[in-house]
Amino acid sequence: MTEYTRSEVMVANAAKELKDGDIVFVGVGLPTIACTLAKRTHAPDLRMVFESGLVDTSFSGVPLSIGDPELAATASSTMPMYDVLTRYLQGGRIDVGFLGGAQVDRRGNLNSTVIGDYENPDVRLPGSGGACDIATNAKRTVIVMPHERRRLPEAVDFVTSPGRAAESSGPPPRGGPTAVITDLAVFRFDDDGTLYVDSIHPGVSKDQLREETGWSIDVSDVEATPEPSDLELDLIRSELDPDGEYTR
Amino acid sequence: MNFVTDMATAISRTIDDGDHVHMAGFTHLIPFAAGHEMIRQDLADLTISRSTPDVVTDQLVAAGCVDRLIFSYIGNPGVGSLRAVRRAVEDGVPRELEIEESTHLGTVSRLRAAATGLPFLPLKTFSDSEIPKHTETIRLIDNPFGDGEIYVVPPLEPEVAIIGAQRADEHGNAQLWGISGDNIDAAFAADRVLLVVEEVVSESVIASDPNRTVIPGHLVDSVVEEPFGAHPSYAQGYYDRDGQSYRKWDDISSTHKGVMDWLDEWVYGVTDRTEYLEHLGRSRLEELTPKPKYSAPINVGKY
Repeated sequence: MTEYTRSEVMVANAAKELKDGDIVFVGVGLPTIACTLAKRTHAPDLRMVFESGLVDTSFSGVPLSIGDPELAATASSTMPMYDVLTRYLQGGRIDVGFLGGAQVDRRGNLNSTVIGDYENPDVRLPGSGGACDIATNAKRTVIVMPHERRRLPEAVDFVTSPGRAAESSGPPPRGGPTAVITDLAVFRFDDDGTLYVDSIHPGVSKDQLREETGWSIDVSDVEATPEPSDLELDLIRSELDPDGEYTR
Repeated sequence: MNFVTDMATAISRTIDDGDHVHMAGFTHLIPFAAGHEMIRQDLADLTISRSTPDVVTDQLVAAGCVDRLIFSYIGNPGVGSLRAVRRAVEDGVPRELEIEESTHLGTVSRLRAAATGLPFLPLKTFSDSEIPKHTETIRLIDNPFGDGEIYVVPPLEPEVAIIGAQRADEHGNAQLWGISGDNIDAAFAADRVLLVVEEVVSESVIASDPNRTVIPGHLVDSVVEEPFGAHPSYAQGYYDRDGQSYRKWDDISSTHKGVMDWLDEWVYGVTDRTEYLEHLGRSRLEELTPKPKYSAPINVGKY
């Protein structure tokens, strides 16, 4: 059996959340790697749309930025930012959005704004960008992020992008998150909109998962997350993240 | 009318202390040369708006030019934080920075509202987010045509927009390809437009393809021809993004002194963009220049 990292398990399983034919709103980094992996394996007709206004790019590598010239040169179409955000995202044409953040809580709320108090922050994070727009307008979202106790608190310090709110302020979001995939486990939502552990990655102990999660989780009856295939590992290592920036 | 001038003249005649300046460009055609000249001219108390402030805003904030920042994402794209902006927000270094934040959809909706003369635009985002609690310019109203409520945002009306494009004629009719970002809406939203292009070309070149002329010249007040004016961001077809510079900025900007030393060398220490490029070196510019690949001409018909 080939050796692999937990981040590679995360990326391979994030790719599995995507279906052939999905139109995916993608940010750079892990989401681009997962989408490209899906497109090169089980979802050849997947289309990627970027907030930079690029639609259906065919660039095969992974760019530094969602606005890079090689992406723009290989797009089916380009349009102004307002148009891509309204016609595609607000217009309901996006099947899946990928999101990450500094913190995610048990209802799938994401924080990418501040650690600490908003007016007097301990750490000022980048803010929403398109994240809140994606969270409220994609038909479903998948959250991908590294797993640490401080990043999975009971409740996030600031809700930048909503998860499964008990009650909505304003028009209810179109879809909401369906899974949180970390480098330790795969979480899904129960009928109440609360995360449960769906599977635990190979080599991760139940104690470790409990220790690294900020709320109480039930790990009595969880399965092992599928291992990445040799093909997936080969694509990740040789083409999608050759320097191992995201997956080593 | 010929609006072509040099950057120093264009900045001094277009921007005053205290102005609201929108610096357009989403990842592409970011007006770095203009930002550096604003720093050299020691402009003060500016309100800067950008969807993604980027490294140029880090530099303007560290230089003490900025009073207020309107944005949706303060990061160094693909790299990490904007450390100078963070120092201003977290510790008031070199001075307090007032912020007004939204989402990308929120920011570009405000520009579209201004460009199209609307008092507000409705948009679907913000529900269940805490952003509206801290941003005055996001309101929830009853949907006048149906059930429920809808968020609205007011126009973003800068005094000045700095707009990058690949080429223009001397009247400011500008052609832009690749990622157009918020450039077109911003040009229509602002009172005054400072256009920065890679090259000024003849009227006949621009007139040959009206569909690509996304900024009509009558909106434009100054045209500056500034090759590599967007470095270390890029101009599609002219030069690539200098990813190495963006990565290096993370180290340089780790202290306020680091930023000021960098500004001493690359901004205060040069008189204009030409000297900046000489300092960068011809070989670096050549490395960043892609091989050309032309799109097929279209038949517009002879009438």
